[in-house]
Amino acid sequence: MSMAATMVRAPTFMDEVIAATPGECHLERCLQCGTCGGSCPSGPDMEYTPRAIFAMIAAGMKDQVLRSNTPWYCVSCYYCTVRCPQEIHITDIMYTLKRMAIKEGFYADSTASDAPDFSKTFIDFVESNGRSFELGLATRFHLRHRPLDAVRMAPMALDMLRKGRMDLMPKQIKGIKQLQAILAKAKELGGAA
Amino acid sequence: MKYGYYPGCSLERNASAYHQSTLAVAEPLGIELSEVEDWNCCGATEYFSINLLPAYALVARNLALASQQPENGQLVAPCSACFLNLTKTDRYMLDSPQLAEQVNQALEAGGLHYKPGSVRVRHLLDIVVNDVGYDVVAARVSRPLKGLRVAPYYGCLIVRPGYQSMFDDPEYPTTLDKLLEVLGAEVVDFPLKAHCCGGHMTQISQPVAFELIRRLLKNAADYEADVIATLCPMCQLNLDAYQDGVNSLFKTNYYIPILYFTQLMGLAFGMPATKLGFGKEFVNARAALAKIGVEAPASAPAEGATRRRQAAKEALPMPRMPKEE
Amino acid sequence: MSEERVGVYVCHCGSNIAGTVAVDEVARWIGSQPNVVVARDYKFMCSSLGQELIEQDIKEQKLSRVVVAACSPHMHEKTFRSACQRAGLNPFLFEMANIRELDSWATDDKEAATQKAKAMVKAAVERVVHHQPLELIPVNINPNTLVVGGGVAGITAALELAEAGYHVYLVERESSIGGHMAQLDKTFPTLDCSACILTPKMVDVAQHPNITLLSYSEVEAVDGYLGNFTITVRKKARHVIEEKCTGCGICTEKCPKRVIDEVFEAGLGYRKAIYRLFPQAVPKYPVIDMQNCIYFQRGKCKACQIFCPTGAIDFDQQDELIKFEVGNIILATGYDPFDARRISQYGYGRLANVFTSLEFERLVNAAGPTGGKIVLRDGVTQPQSVAIIHCVGSRDRNYNEYCSRVCCMYSLKFAHLVHERLPGAEVYNFYIDVRASGKRYEEFYHRILSEGTHFIRGRAAEVTDAARLPGEEGKLIVQAEDTLTGRQRRVPVDMVILSIGLEARHDAKEVAQKFGLGCDFNGFFIERHPKLDPVTTMTEGILIAGACQGPMDIPETVAQGAAAAARVAGLISRGTVWMEPVRAHINPDLCSGCRICNTMCPYNAIVFHADKGISEVITALCQGCGACVAACPSAAITGAHFTDQQIMSQIDGMLWDVKPQAKAEVAS
Repeated sequence: MSMAATMVRAPTFMDEVIAATPGECHLERCLQCGTCGGSCPSGPDMEYTPRAIFAMIAAGMKDQVLRSNTPWYCVSCYYCTVRCPQEIHITDIMYTLKRMAIKEGFYADSTASDAPDFSKTFIDFVESNGRSFELGLATRFHLRHRPLDAVRMAPMALDMLRKGRMDLMPKQIKGIKQLQAILAKAKELGGAA
Repeated sequence: MKYGYYPGCSLERNASAYHQSTLAVAEPLGIELSEVEDWNCCGATEYFSINLLPAYALVARNLALASQQPENGQLVAPCSACFLNLTKTDRYMLDSPQLAEQVNQALEAGGLHYKPGSVRVRHLLDIVVNDVGYDVVAARVSRPLKGLRVAPYYGCLIVRPGYQSMFDDPEYPTTLDKLLEVLGAEVVDFPLKAHCCGGHMTQISQPVAFELIRRLLKNAADYEADVIATLCPMCQLNLDAYQDGVNSLFKTNYYIPILYFTQLMGLAFGMPATKLGFGKEFVNARAALAKIGVEAPASAPAEGATRRRQAAKEALPMPRMPKEE
Repeated sequence: MSEERVGVYVCHCGSNIAGTVAVDEVARWIGSQPNVVVARDYKFMCSSLGQELIEQDIKEQKLSRVVVAACSPHMHEKTFRSACQRAGLNPFLFEMANIRELDSWATDDKEAATQKAKAMVKAAVERVVHHQPLELIPVNINPNTLVVGGGVAGITAALELAEAGYHVYLVERESSIGGHMAQLDKTFPTLDCSACILTPKMVDVAQHPNITLLSYSEVEAVDGYLGNFTITVRKKARHVIEEKCTGCGICTEKCPKRVIDEVFEAGLGYRKAIYRLFPQAVPKYPVIDMQNCIYFQRGKCKACQIFCPTGAIDFDQQDELIKFEVGNIILATGYDPFDARRISQYGYGRLANVFTSLEFERLVNAAGPTGGKIVLRDGVTQPQSVAIIHCVGSRDRNYNEYCSRVCCMYSLKFAHLVHERLPGAEVYNFYIDVRASGKRYEEFYHRILSEGTHFIRGRAAEVTDAARLPGEEGKLIVQAEDTLTGRQRRVPVDMVILSIGLEARHDAKEVAQKFGLGCDFNGFFIERHPKLDPVTTMTEGILIAGACQGPMDIPETVAQGAAAAARVAGLISRGTVWMEPVRAHINPDLCSGCRICNTMCPYNAIVFHADKGISEVITALCQGCGACVAACPSAAITGAHFTDQQIMSQIDGMLWDVKPQAKAEVAS
């Protein structure tokens, strides 16, 4: 009586998260020890700690997970990943949750609702130029979401320009068409975000 | 020693001091850096948040271009985030033939191809410490940084999570400490040396980010550091450009210059500060430079400053730690 | 064409086999094959009814060979061999075909499984007709026993055997027996003083006429086999003449060289260069640490010799090699504690007031370096708050995946001891689960709950001295997520205790090699069966007991020591055991004396007779591996029960349905 390797029960939200994360992220191994939540530098500012998010994923609470600000507050420090006793790729899972939140449109409800737009603005410039463009990113993002901050940050921006640490105009790579073709194909293959 | 060189967007402008000082010290270290032709942005911590496959393809274009150059299959990235993205992409492509196939399909749309595992990505500190070696660095030192108390700050992504290999201890790294020691500096071993600077949180939630920055500054200040040595443009920017903001928010008055380790190496090699990108920091490094321009007395800890007290007679012995080479 | 009459029995094994293999078809088919006079299929061949079927057929059908197609021989070869024997057929005229583990459990494809089953049964039939009757080999059991390791497991085993009237050699590497248990203060759940319950047993060992205690000794070589081992022990030189030493202790007092005691005091206390491991050491004789003795290092001092009233110090004493014979060996070598320096984020070795559990045991022990006072590393200050971190180095794929079993209980014990010695102190236990599964363990946990310990369910993320919030300056801060409230917490304390796990001894692999047993990936010795036979190994005559087999608490360790002793006592009382005759035999007429087999044998079971110029297999040492049989260029060696004819016939049977042309290629 051999055991079939594939599972026959209905796929869960946890299965979805695991499938959307590169490599083997081992999320099913979580035993809720709390090391990740204990290590996280921005943990105290998250609505739910990483561990709590994993409990919610296991419980199938897709809505609450994707509406939370947790993945947006992840700073990618990887402390959780190196300390997890079950070797779960926690940071990678946070990236997955970000992508899922955008795809489902839930991020708009989170207290970090403007965070995705920061990333989107960043990559907009990368996709047009092949390089990041900080001045453009800062102005567009702040003006759109935090106009008061934009005013406050202006002196610093001027300082950056004066010290030669920021460009006024974006730089473009020579092979921008090549890059765009690559990204277009990748989007086609991987499905839209 | 020849290497491919991937500066990353930050080194072009924001962290041009890092770029300049790296190129300056490359010659005395015997390193030949050949910049990857027409490289593109690695996507930082942003692209992976939006769309997975394009994020890999974005990075893979750089790996493909690097693999076309024959610099013995090694690529050096001075920026920790670029280093992370390049190693992460290579690693996942190596582990998953399916992913490699898809990424290569995308690359082919641009006439490129990348065989996973064919480019070994190294952080700049790694090649200085392991390929060049402490002895060679020591031999080039003509102006030891005597009397300068330097706090080595690693940040996160150089030591964690180690997609291709673990370059140093992920919790308590010591390679930069040793390098600074070899440069003659007084190394300030502060406990938060591998804690997070907050990354892009300065844009997402300034209070959270500023608190993280404050902790680092406080800890370095508690241990009486004159300067903090970094190896990542993001860390440098956060600790430097926002130091003023942190002081305003928390009513502190930290004034610690944040320098790149390559700048300190250059100074120790006797190079002028102008050639090493000085002058672009928000927190000016003039006072620190003055410290090493002057003949400093033999390094003795200042009154009451030492954290390590002399053990009393009744004290219980500490456990023996393995000897460091 | 053989004259043999073969009976074949195809087992259903419920649905394990029959669910995939068409057993009735196989039985029918094999029944039509040459030599097969009876072929049956049956639900459970291993049942008494199944065995009776075989016995009946042997008698009534005059069977001369039996084949059972069922599970693995590991499971039931013995069962069916006994059935044959009961019916008067030599048990080695039986062959088993494994159509379960190797067939029905390996695939879902019914057709393929049935085809394979047919091939396997045919192979067994072809083979069995060439089997020869063989007799078991009798081995005498030497009534002496070697026990390696003088911790509580070894002590228990030795005393049990000694009381049963058998002689025991107890070899202990350290200068005193007692092991790790002697280092402990109070033991859970009863809070007995460890030394108080152990030392009477230690004294018993020293005084028992049936126990030869070889302390400060190590086993150097093991030769032989079950019932007949020759052991060579190196008795290291103490540089103290035991016959003259009265144990007065003046030598230790007068010795000017003080060093850190890394072994017994866990690096927290000091001893002299001449020392007794601890005050109640058995035997009472001190030992000179040559690495640190001023005389041995620099040729000066000799204070101990000068002051010794009986002249018992002998700097010229040499190691002694002792040889003796035993019938069985019990390994009770114990464990090593996890090295907490490996987890840098807990700060052990860097932050002064982080202690390991073993250090804390010494701290809290009345005979320890502080006389039982709980103090910080400065040796003076009493902590007002203590954090105890569970699962250090255990339940962690980065270090050891397994649970070390005892740490939750001793962590609770520590909480209790801190409350007892430092009333008013705050105690915080950071845990993932509280594992309290032994007798009265859960009740102990309830007792601790009522003493005011703060239990925080969250694995500690880091221990730091970098103060951040008010109240943290000058303290050690344990940061963890309190998972039950979902909040990250920073708890400032004066002292942190790391509840480190148990690991296999770091030389376990070398020891295993020396004695000829196996280690698992964690270094623990492998038992024959984890549930049904935890104290024996796959090597006859070698048993294991205690933490060398896996992390365990004192009650289980003692039980294992007693179990191993009981098994050995049983063997000794039988006097003779019977070994499998599956051995190699060298035909002296064919042997050319090339000696290739001598070096090939992993068990050193082949000797060369120089006078006759031929090699000979020592039957009792031979394990039937077959290496020499294959290597012999003169084909002079036969493996009993694995002859060339038997093996080739088996292969022919397996390939029964392969086209003749291809078969000819294989045969040539």
